[in-house]
Amino acid sequence: MTVSARGKEQGFGVAAALRMLQTYAVAAMILVLVVLLSLSSDSFLTVQNLINILNQNTPLAIMAAAMTLVIICGGFDLSVAAIFAVASVTAAWLALNVHPYAGLMAAPLVGMLLGFVNGMTITTLNIHSFLATLATGLVYRGIAILITGGTLLPVRLADFTWLGRGRIGVVYYAVIVLVVFAVALTILLNRSTVGRKILAVGGNEEAAILSGIRTNRIKIVAFSINGFAAGLAAAIATSRISLGQATAGTGMELEAIAAVIIGGTSIYGGQGAVWRSVAGVFMLALINNGFNILNADPFYKDLTTGLIIVAAVGISAAGRRR
Amino acid sequence: MTAGLRDEAGPATRSDAPAPCVSLSGVSKSFSGVEVLRGVSIDFMPGEIHGLIGENGAGKSTVGKIVGGYYSRTTGDLIVFGDTVAQWDPPLALARGVAMMHQELQLVPALSVAENVFLGIEHSRAGFLVGDEERRLAEIAAFAGFDLDPAASAGSLSIADQQKVEIMRALAREARVIVMDEPTSSLTHDEAERLHGVMRKLRDRGCTVIYVSHFLDHVLDVCDTVTVMRDGAVIRTSPTAAETKASLIAAMIGRPAADVAYPPLPPEPDRSGTPLLSVRGLATATGVRGADIDLWPGEIVGLVGLVGSGRTEIARAIFGADPSVAGKVAIAGEGYELRSPRSSIERGLAMVPEDRRKQGLVLTQTVRPNMTLPHLSAFARFGLVATARERGEARRLIDYFGVQPGHVDGAVATYSGGNQQKVVMGKWILGEPRLVILDEPSRGVDVGARRRIHEFIGETARRGAAILLISSEIEEVMGLAHRAYTVSGGRVTGAFVPAATTVDEVIWRLFHEQGVDKAGATA
Repeated sequence: MTVSARGKEQGFGVAAALRMLQTYAVAAMILVLVVLLSLSSDSFLTVQNLINILNQNTPLAIMAAAMTLVIICGGFDLSVAAIFAVASVTAAWLALNVHPYAGLMAAPLVGMLLGFVNGMTITTLNIHSFLATLATGLVYRGIAILITGGTLLPVRLADFTWLGRGRIGVVYYAVIVLVVFAVALTILLNRSTVGRKILAVGGNEEAAILSGIRTNRIKIVAFSINGFAAGLAAAIATSRISLGQATAGTGMELEAIAAVIIGGTSIYGGQGAVWRSVAGVFMLALINNGFNILNADPFYKDLTTGLIIVAAVGISAAGRRR
Repeated sequence: MTAGLRDEAGPATRSDAPAPCVSLSGVSKSFSGVEVLRGVSIDFMPGEIHGLIGENGAGKSTVGKIVGGYYSRTTGDLIVFGDTVAQWDPPLALARGVAMMHQELQLVPALSVAENVFLGIEHSRAGFLVGDEERRLAEIAAFAGFDLDPAASAGSLSIADQQKVEIMRALAREARVIVMDEPTSSLTHDEAERLHGVMRKLRDRGCTVIYVSHFLDHVLDVCDTVTVMRDGAVIRTSPTAAETKASLIAAMIGRPAADVAYPPLPPEPDRSGTPLLSVRGLATATGVRGADIDLWPGEIVGLVGLVGSGRTEIARAIFGADPSVAGKVAIAGEGYELRSPRSSIERGLAMVPEDRRKQGLVLTQTVRPNMTLPHLSAFARFGLVATARERGEARRLIDYFGVQPGHVDGAVATYSGGNQQKVVMGKWILGEPRLVILDEPSRGVDVGARRRIHEFIGETARRGAAILLISSEIEEVMGLAHRAYTVSGGRVTGAFVPAATTVDEVIWRLFHEQGVDKAGATA
């Protein structure tokens, strides 16, 4: 009797500890990394280095922030890198042929449209988002190549490059865009009716349907927002390197998903937070930066990142079993 | 340890009749604190067909699943061929010759009949399949008297034929004990007869068949021995020859006078006006084959029927959770055709589903968002949720139902069944519905929560709302409803007034009407 009672108590202790770990692990690890890197290298803790890390990763952070909603909703989106590419070449083409501002504004809208197509594909064909976006991603990548005809689209226009390169004081515009976008998504998720419905659809789709929620619409909204984010990220990145290319963004879909998972958002849906995904991006960036500064063998970088993802998924799965 | 036990048991049993092949001794089973079996002791003898009967929730399926290894027991001993077994799961059971056939068949639809029968026990040579399954199948099929195409894919077969595959699967593993859980529930009369023939054949060969069934006629027809269960306990085990339908029903329902007092019935509703809910000829692909129901404001109406009779499916079709293929539904005289949960909520309908964890609650969220989920638009201001008002409403409902813990943002996943059910009730009553459908509202909840739920049903009817109450406990319907319908085989088969009848009579009708329906199906 006593043994089982104590076991139960311990069980609750472990569950609570896992929840804490899932919520704050990413923040704690960033802290540890910052301390470690500051101690081991003088060039890490400089204003310039930190600003660079922040600025370089804004496109990925914007994508990870929106990917959080899709994963909370119970889905995955493997097409965001391709959406990024289509938005990138569309922005560059419009900048060259119409107006630089038209290019910058069109990128997020094109992204949203492609995200909407993802949502429609998933809900009307009733197939898993993993498969649907694997396929649409290939289609979108093909569209990007069609737009450019396989060539690069350099856009050396100040009216186009300001978004990625400009800054107020020490703060880049891109960082401001990221902060505004992440705060907006946080409010959407935690305070709006749409956010509530996203959490419900991911947490228990059947209960959501019986509660009168049009779950398909909610999924379409989540994927559209995700597409919008990929387009916005593309506008910033394309403006920064002043080059539209069909191969842009390759691999970003997996980095974004990894960041969301490292941030502790449940891969089973229904739970998560936008800020933690953004923090996940910066944690990956710090590891990257640390390896560069320390001149360590890059082999260990992938190995470390992989192990961290395994740990994050393990915590997520353990939390679900309880 | 097992050896020691066998030594002790050996001489004692040898002197008497043959030893039982499977015995339960003082077995109890609890699901999250709710006791579903209490000190059950049954001996299953070699070469007998042993029926297990009882009302819904009496524990007969649970016994079958414990023997088959699908459930563990909380306390008590399971003795298989003389050994007290400690570890017991389906593969171990199969290795010892105990097989189970489920209500939901477990075949691989894409594989052929022969491949399914020998799945996992194929002959192989140097790691390659010999491919002699069809030849081996012929022997088994000949023994059982089945005529199935060995190459047909299992998914293309009728339910009756799939059951044959399951039986052959057990035979291929030389099972000596086969548990069949409601095998005839989806069979026609002729198919059931043929299955009984196979069961007799198995018995004559020395196998034991444990036959869990609702169908008393079938049990009386085919079983040698029958065990009656009620409320998780064995009432008696006796030779079938000594029983009649009447004696079995008496044993199944002869519970002590209800120790639960029900709150007073709300006043009789005025049935002169338009019914609040009127259903005519409702049919669905999920098994509803003709339901006529009327419900007036302030009225509590029960739907009683055995598990699988289509009660839940009728409720889901009215609410729009499942599509209907035929029939008309009217709400307060107004036709309601394109039904969906959303439109139902807009029309003032509410449905508390039977499975609160799978269908009622979003367990990843707290109490407050769960309660307001169907009514979010009422709390929306410029697309944002007015959380202060939301908290106030959640607070009010938590206090009204006495949810414990009473925190508006309590983690509902950790709540007891009764408190989770109260949260689901709160969720639906928040919109002040005109019609509340309650599917098994008090299943698996403690006495206090049950009492509160019963009071709530009365209070809601007094407020003028209509209640459609589905319950496997006939007593509950008898104690709470003004009127009730009997449901069988997807049809509403009759209506009665609880005050004018008895529980025994209702159960008589349920088992009788079902028998008629089954026989009628073949005519």
